[in-house]
Amino acid sequence: MSGDILTVLIAMLGGAIRVSTPFMFVALGECLTEKSGRVNLGLEGTLVLGAMVGYAASYHSGNPWVGVFAAGLAGSALGAMHGSICGLPRVNDVAVGIAMMLFGVGVAFFFGKPYIQPTAPRLGSISLGFWSDSASLKSALQVNPLFFIGIILALLMGWSFRNTRWGLVVRTVGDSAAAARAMGISVNLVRLLTTTVGGFLAGVGGAFLSLSYPGSWNQGLSSGQGLMAVALVIFARWDPLRCIAAALLFGAAGALGPSLQSIGITQGYYFFNAAPYILTLVIMIATSSAKHSARDMPGELSMAK
Amino acid sequence: MSNAPLATGAPGDLIGTGSRKAGSDLALKLRVNSEYVAIPLLALAIAAALFALFLLAIGKSPVDFVDYVWRGGFGTAFSFQNTLQRSAPLILTALAVAIPARIGLIMIGGEGALVLGGFVAAAIAIPMIGVVPPLITLPIMIVFAMVVGAFWVGLAGYLRYARGVNETISSLLLTYIGIAIMNFFVEGVLRDVSNPNKPSTKPLGDAYMVGKIPGTDVHWGFAVGILLCIALYFLLERTTFGFAARVTGGNYRAALAQGLPVGRLIVTCCAIAGACAGLAGFFEVAAIQGRANASLAAGYGFTGILVSFLARHNPLVIPPVAILFGGIVAAGGLIQRRMGLPDATVQVLEGLIFVVLLTSETLYGRFSIFKPRAGNDRT
Repeated sequence: MSGDILTVLIAMLGGAIRVSTPFMFVALGECLTEKSGRVNLGLEGTLVLGAMVGYAASYHSGNPWVGVFAAGLAGSALGAMHGSICGLPRVNDVAVGIAMMLFGVGVAFFFGKPYIQPTAPRLGSISLGFWSDSASLKSALQVNPLFFIGIILALLMGWSFRNTRWGLVVRTVGDSAAAARAMGISVNLVRLLTTTVGGFLAGVGGAFLSLSYPGSWNQGLSSGQGLMAVALVIFARWDPLRCIAAALLFGAAGALGPSLQSIGITQGYYFFNAAPYILTLVIMIATSSAKHSARDMPGELSMAK
Repeated sequence: MSNAPLATGAPGDLIGTGSRKAGSDLALKLRVNSEYVAIPLLALAIAAALFALFLLAIGKSPVDFVDYVWRGGFGTAFSFQNTLQRSAPLILTALAVAIPARIGLIMIGGEGALVLGGFVAAAIAIPMIGVVPPLITLPIMIVFAMVVGAFWVGLAGYLRYARGVNETISSLLLTYIGIAIMNFFVEGVLRDVSNPNKPSTKPLGDAYMVGKIPGTDVHWGFAVGILLCIALYFLLERTTFGFAARVTGGNYRAALAQGLPVGRLIVTCCAIAGACAGLAGFFEVAAIQGRANASLAAGYGFTGILVSFLARHNPLVIPPVAILFGGIVAAGGLIQRRMGLPDATVQVLEGLIFVVLLTSETLYGRFSIFKPRAGNDRT
């Protein structure tokens, strides 16, 4: 019995590392965008398009890192589209996000059909379990380099928000557009840039889905990870490092079902599939309040009051 | 609630109440309101042009596309009736977006309420088949489908009011949860083991299915959808409830200061919305599929979002827009077979229309042709 629990825990650790990586990238991208005072709900579409483009580019070029970069470019194209449309007066960023989500998913499915069958080269992993004799621990510690890139990015982003001129500009635009304008900053330009870079990161997250874990391209690849990552940013209180922690938590929740399956518990498979959504909803309920806006929320954000 | 402008219906009654000359009053109303027709039509035209360029870029003919949409969706009595049948869930799920929109919420959980409503209708009917007559079973199915749908979207509305949870995200999360719940039962305890194909519940059987409207090949869901559009239009535009809801949507703080029961208004609007989507699920099960399975999550709830936005959340405009998209959806199969395009083509077109439509929001108030002339009563 205790062996089973250990197996589940090790599988969940490995699963958390694998499953959390796309969450991490989407959440970091959304964190940057929201820091500048705009919401991009369309990152679910960006994630799916990134997965498709990444897979296709890896297949054609033979190099998975070309795929990662191409996925980022596709993501930034969608981000730039969202950013420029929302720069127009009277346009609602939440609604545009919904439209971009449907558009991104549609485009990904449209062009992705020929890539469901062929096999593209995947991203390699770094073995961190060399010190252990346990085969399950070794396989759990097969970590993709993108995981570390995500953590480094989060550290860098958190540091830049506090210590650089660019960080100050983004935060000012996010907290008070009027103050930013008074400083001579172009609010729309800053938001366009943050949404574009945010789209790039979400696209890279998509490439992880198709090129590492689960590691293939099909239409059911992402079901709501992009959306959950957006919700996660609220929970992480717009702090890149807390985004990483929240992503790991979500990864562990997502890994719960497959981990239990590994020791033969298959009952309630669909319940465990729903676990990440339910966890997201519970976390949103627990961290929101009707009386005041969420803690540390950028003042210009339209999504909560 | 949200500070950003949310598209609402044409504020026809804002204009002209001060004028004494009835004739010029009407002309003014027409002039001002025509903006709300002209700009969405312009957006549709631009999206169509962009889509035509897209088809040309991948080497397909836009003329063929239009031809197949016409033939597959509108050209013959058979295809048009198929279109009307497909527009029924679109009308109902569009209402599920339009009603919350009038109270200031962007609620996109129609797909989840449809799936759960349809599933619960089937689940409640199965033990009654052969025991309880259809005339009693069907109303019970309807009630359960509507109550479950109302609960599902009402929950997102309640969380928004009581906990400040963003309703767009929560309603979409609830959609994923709803689909997971249905799959859990359909692949588990309620699975029809005698059916080796797609995991489904047991079939309802012909006696327990909803019939067609006499003289047509269209099921009753279409007629019910039209009637609901009219009824909800009157509820929103001609009752104190509707007025209070619109005030809340227009200015949340003002509604609070006025002492309006905003919590009750929000939850009621969302519950009505969910009931409409749940009803759509009932008709999909009891008039089309005959059983509950994964085909319920066919994306009607998502197309319904676009229909509602295109109709500017006006229930009376929803049916024609829903029929247009019902036709495009109905022609999807023909386009796929004859033009060799993937099934996601319709999704690309819908996404494109949606993006262009929301972009066109910026055009309101920019054309002087729609503005009341100087010297008129309105200041």
